[in-house]
Amino acid sequence: MLMLEARPQPSKAMSAASPLIALALTAVIAALLFLALGKDPMKGLGIFFVEPLNGLRQVSEVLLKATPLIVIALGLAVCYRSNVWNIGAEGQYLLGALAGGGVALWLTTHGIVLPKMIAVPLVLLGGVLGGMAWAAITAVLRDKFNASEILVSLMLVYVAQQLVNYLVFGAWKDPQGFNFPQTKTFDASTWLPTLLTGTRLHVGFLVALAAVALMWVFMFRMFRGFQLQVGGLAPAAARYAGYSASTSLWTAMMISGGLAGLAGAMEAAGPLRQITPHISTGLGFTAIIVCFVGRLHPLGIVFAGVLLSMMLIGGELGQSRLGLPNALTGVFQGLLLVLLLACDTLIHYRIRLRRSHLAPL
Amino acid sequence: MLTFNKRSLLRWGGFACLASAAALVGCGKKEEPAKPAAQAAPAAAPKAEPFKAAWVYVGPVGDAGWTYAHDVGRKAVEAEFGDKVKTTFVEKVPEGADAERVIRDLAAQGNKIIFATSFGFMEQMVKVASEFPDVRFEHATGYKTAPNLRIYDAKFYEDAYLAGVVAGSVTKTNTLGFVASFPIPEVLRNINAFTLGAQSVNPKVKTKVVWVSSWFDPPKESEAAQSMINGGADVLLQNTDSSAVLQTAEKNGKFAFGWDSDMSTVAPKAHLASCVVIWDGYYKKAVKEAMDGSWKTERTVWGVKEGQNALAKIADFVPEAAKKKVDEVKAGMKAGTFEVFTGPIHGTDGKEMLAKGVMADQGWKDKVDFYVKGVEGKIPSGK
Amino acid sequence: MNEIALLIAATLASGTPLAIAGMGLLLNEKAGVLNLGAEGMMLVAAIAGFAAAFTTGSDTLAFLAGAAAGGLLAAAFGALVIWLNTNQYATGLAVSLFGYGFSAFVGVEFVGKKLAERSAFEVPLLADIPLLGPALFKQHPMVYLAIGLMFALIWFLYRSRAGLVLRAIGESPESAHALGYKVRWIRLGAVIAGGALCGVAGAFLSVVYAPLWVEGLVAGRGWIALALTTFATWRPVRVLLGAYLFGGVTMLQFALQGAGVDVSSQLLAMLPYLATIVVLALISRNPAWIRINMPASLGKSFHPGT
Repeated sequence: MLMLEARPQPSKAMSAASPLIALALTAVIAALLFLALGKDPMKGLGIFFVEPLNGLRQVSEVLLKATPLIVIALGLAVCYRSNVWNIGAEGQYLLGALAGGGVALWLTTHGIVLPKMIAVPLVLLGGVLGGMAWAAITAVLRDKFNASEILVSLMLVYVAQQLVNYLVFGAWKDPQGFNFPQTKTFDASTWLPTLLTGTRLHVGFLVALAAVALMWVFMFRMFRGFQLQVGGLAPAAARYAGYSASTSLWTAMMISGGLAGLAGAMEAAGPLRQITPHISTGLGFTAIIVCFVGRLHPLGIVFAGVLLSMMLIGGELGQSRLGLPNALTGVFQGLLLVLLLACDTLIHYRIRLRRSHLAPL
Repeated sequence: MLTFNKRSLLRWGGFACLASAAALVGCGKKEEPAKPAAQAAPAAAPKAEPFKAAWVYVGPVGDAGWTYAHDVGRKAVEAEFGDKVKTTFVEKVPEGADAERVIRDLAAQGNKIIFATSFGFMEQMVKVASEFPDVRFEHATGYKTAPNLRIYDAKFYEDAYLAGVVAGSVTKTNTLGFVASFPIPEVLRNINAFTLGAQSVNPKVKTKVVWVSSWFDPPKESEAAQSMINGGADVLLQNTDSSAVLQTAEKNGKFAFGWDSDMSTVAPKAHLASCVVIWDGYYKKAVKEAMDGSWKTERTVWGVKEGQNALAKIADFVPEAAKKKVDEVKAGMKAGTFEVFTGPIHGTDGKEMLAKGVMADQGWKDKVDFYVKGVEGKIPSGK
Repeated sequence: MNEIALLIAATLASGTPLAIAGMGLLLNEKAGVLNLGAEGMMLVAAIAGFAAAFTTGSDTLAFLAGAAAGGLLAAAFGALVIWLNTNQYATGLAVSLFGYGFSAFVGVEFVGKKLAERSAFEVPLLADIPLLGPALFKQHPMVYLAIGLMFALIWFLYRSRAGLVLRAIGESPESAHALGYKVRWIRLGAVIAGGALCGVAGAFLSVVYAPLWVEGLVAGRGWIALALTTFATWRPVRVLLGAYLFGGVTMLQFALQGAGVDVSSQLLAMLPYLATIVVLALISRNPAWIRINMPASLGKSFHPGT
């Protein structure tokens, strides 16, 4: 019978291969699902994995969608490695969009036109601070009151969504907007500069790449990053070494809140250029999947971000080109994560065939 | 050099995957330049290419409400034009940045007319319209236009007014309830029209409003309906898309209306009538105009007169007097002599919003941001 | 006064699915397993229950279908975290996300469909008591079952042998293992039972409460149920009361809107979530209190033979 035997050391090869195996398995199940729905499985897989890369415009859209996913996932990686389970990235993202968008809106309504070099960083900074502020609520409740950060951060997502509605339907509504719930379109000086003309890809992508590099340095070359990870892996050892659990908590939450807020500001000032009730699209939750599929590692997160972005866009294309139900994307995402977690056991365990002991003759 | 252990196999396997992916992408790219070449030859083609029309929906086609009604219209276009038209639709498109991608893709796929059925698609329609000058874009319930982008809407408030007439005649507690989605002008118009209609037969009527911050959320709609029933309302109208309000009304022995589609079978004891919208006529006209070149930018708001709105399936047990009044008002709407928003109209603070005898123009109706006297409470976040 | 009675009635109905799911999660957590997949389990159960009710017209079958769906997904979850020792938090999240997508996918057929008429249920005689009658005795049987479930759970956990074993496993799986108990099988049993209860709650939402299916019907109630177990400090009675508290605040915000209260509806809509956060913070404030009540092995993987 099949048995799981602990490996003496975690397998590095499996560490890299397990996401690929999970992806392959997801593709197989996807093909079966397509067959069950009466669609050509090769066409179906093509829509999800090939079509989104078909041409410059498509690739730019994939990267555009991947940008916020990567940014948020980087922050979450820091959290999860420190054993701080921040599930509310969506809420921090929304507050970042409100804060960053708020800066842009303020500049617009007061007719202040700053040079792009100043306006854009201001907007992004606003986003970072907004996200941090929201994350701080979770941090303080965990730090001072011991309240589970999972539940608090999650509840705050719902509160954040209502806050967006409250502002967009009220104080921030565009007075010339026929009472539609949206803010004025931001002044062009606050828009994120486009990277490739003719596409929507903006400098946010470069910011994301910079964040990847910085995060790599932080996690693997800086002492503070090391402290956080020890705190996550072996809390007792961390305590013994004098690493403050409280500081680690705050560092992790501030980083992830700030990054999620940055992503929010980028979305508001990038493709949207205003704030509407529709800025909440679940990116904060998809980023959790990106984080895990990317192995909580900055480089892995880049690949995972692109992959999940392709899946999302593929799902849209699947609907308009093949008539596939929209819910399929959600199934694939969930499936990918579940299979990934299952495959991950292979990193620590080996599958062995055990024959029952034969008594010596 | 070549070692056949697990590690090297995995490494080579990984490279192989990447290589094949790159190859696939390369093949994909090659397809693209071939497509425009094929499309350049249609003039000489023996059989005419069907005219492609696409619809972008915000909700699921099965919602038996807003999106369902649009889809019925789409199917009417298919039935009318047969082989000459090929329709596509994409449902559950999130409003916001993602919609732009979907709309652009539909335009790039050769659709010559694209309908977007929710105001949240407005900015995205504007952007894509500027990039595809030979495609026609139509946006429902919006207000921005362009040479190739026009807007259309329906007069839901006429349905709401007629429903109000029925409600005012049927209510025993003189308290009506309205399950509302978001405080946009359209919804406020409907609340006000409902109240005005009821007040026209029963001046003592009051309307309670509960906001559920969603277009389609059955448990919330149920809860909202229940709480208003608890507060004394016995006839309910809604602006949300599910039949939950009707079902809650039935459960409590109260009354309600269907919204967006015929919901008479859902709750036979509670159903007074259904406020329906029929997009068939408009969609057929729009596609025809796009096909024969007479399409031009304009704003089309049709209502009861053009057969786009109606109060359908009025229940038998509604009193005769109410039915007569409904018919009277309908006749006035059809003749163009009756305008729902005719002064004097006062806000909840008593301020006069429309002078006596004045019929509201489109501009006034577009900007409705207040409750008429008789509606309880305050509009969320503001006025 | 009548309005208050009706508010109480609405509270009971609104809190029931939370209570049932919360008690299922309590079972899980007493055995040491943190189940973040509750939302997904409630969703698949909701669509399963709705589909069953729609096709067969039987409420009982619907609840059974819901329990089965929840239990199945829970079994998958259990296999992953108990045998493959995957991280409980991540796996639970994955199960929730999968449950959301899967239920939406399967449920596409059922959006907008309506179930057969149901007659209002009343407890005979008791329902006629003025005020108390409408407040307490005009509910669907499941509401009373939830209260009964609480008593059953108390008996099971604190008065039965099996419950003692379960709690022992939650506190110290190693000791239980040393005593010869099949820790992993018992944990799996608890996980499946808890999942089945979440399933019943989900089916209640789609078959009785709404009663409709729409994608994401559960709307976060699974997460709220999770919060409940913590701020009930893992005691069944408090889970029930907490559920009613949350349900009450939810209905209260609608009642306030309907009464024309001068507070923006969006701010009112935040109330239930803010209330949860506040109560959670107050309860968790005393770490000793938590430490005493929380099962010691909650969230940690168990490896027999290490």
